[in-house]
Amino acid sequence: MNFDILLKIVIIMAPLSLAALGGATSIYAPMQHHTVDVEQWVTAREFLDLFAIARVTPGPGSMLGTLIGWKVAGFTGALVASLALYLPSSALVFGVGHVWHRHRGKRWHTALENGLAPIGCGLLFAGVLTLSRVAAEGIVPLMLIPGVAALMIVWPKLHPFIFLLGGGLICYAVYLAGF
Amino acid sequence: MEKAQTRVPLLSIYRVFFEIGLFSFGGGLVPWIHREVVDIRKWMTNEEFLSGIALTQVMPGVNSTNTAIFVGQRLRGLSGASTALLAMLTGPFCCVLLAAVFYQQLLGLPGFQAAMVGVASAAIGMLLRMGVTSARITIRSAPPAIMMAATFAAVGLFRLPLIPVVCVMAPISVALAWFLTTPKPAVDEEAGQ
Repeated sequence: MNFDILLKIVIIMAPLSLAALGGATSIYAPMQHHTVDVEQWVTAREFLDLFAIARVTPGPGSMLGTLIGWKVAGFTGALVASLALYLPSSALVFGVGHVWHRHRGKRWHTALENGLAPIGCGLLFAGVLTLSRVAAEGIVPLMLIPGVAALMIVWPKLHPFIFLLGGGLICYAVYLAGF
Repeated sequence: MEKAQTRVPLLSIYRVFFEIGLFSFGGGLVPWIHREVVDIRKWMTNEEFLSGIALTQVMPGVNSTNTAIFVGQRLRGLSGASTALLAMLTGPFCCVLLAAVFYQQLLGLPGFQAAMVGVASAAIGMLLRMGVTSARITIRSAPPAIMMAATFAAVGLFRLPLIPVVCVMAPISVALAWFLTTPKPAVDEEAGQ
């Protein structure tokens, strides 16, 4: 296995890990720049194909990096790219979390928790809006969002997978019907 | 380390997050974690989880894996966090490579992409549901309601960048929470890992 290539993957992906503020969307552009324009590991067309694969498979969008690693250096490349993409940011989260969990129960910590919870809540709703702008094209997908939410409130015990499957089937049926 | 009575086996952590990771389409993963960790298993309180979301979303990385690390760490420290992260990525890692191999056939399937849009939409619906149920639990007075609405408006409606918004909102919200909570009798003894 070509060690230089693996090292190069780490050098490109590890900084992107820490640059991925607000999720993977913010690193698509620099990742394309490095892997397509600079290193020419994949063509622009291949990059888009890999992006599509990462979108339709489970897992975060940064799995795109895993695919590029796979293209460049096979299975080892995929593994190295994944580690480089996840370890730096994860270590940072762990470090902050360490301080956070350690002080559980203190008054300032409770205040932080109670103060941050509504912010987290607001971010959830904002996420719904942002994601539906990107992901849900068409009237049926858009109606699925409140529909699924309402059904899950009525039947909280039902497994989430059933809703995902249902959503997929409905849109597939609509596709077959030719809308 | 955590107290013995609340010690969650690493295998349980792995199983929960492996399943979540495997079925994580379209970014609707945090609500699923919430469901498993808060609703079903009661490993965490709602406030603990939500504050964790606010905390981890301003940090780099993917929201769902960051949340998994936050939960795993709370339960079992470093080994819990590593287990959760590894579990979250095992399924997607294998799937994405498999899909890359069978890519042409997969996208050639008629209606495949339409179905995936449906799956992603349902996942967003899960997110909406979690927002609604969490708000019902967390928002018990006017100040947090206002902070929640303002955060939503800034990031969701006006599309302001997330990090600066949280950096402005969080101190205000925490200050409000500080002055509105009466100091509880000392529970500091059980703090710490």
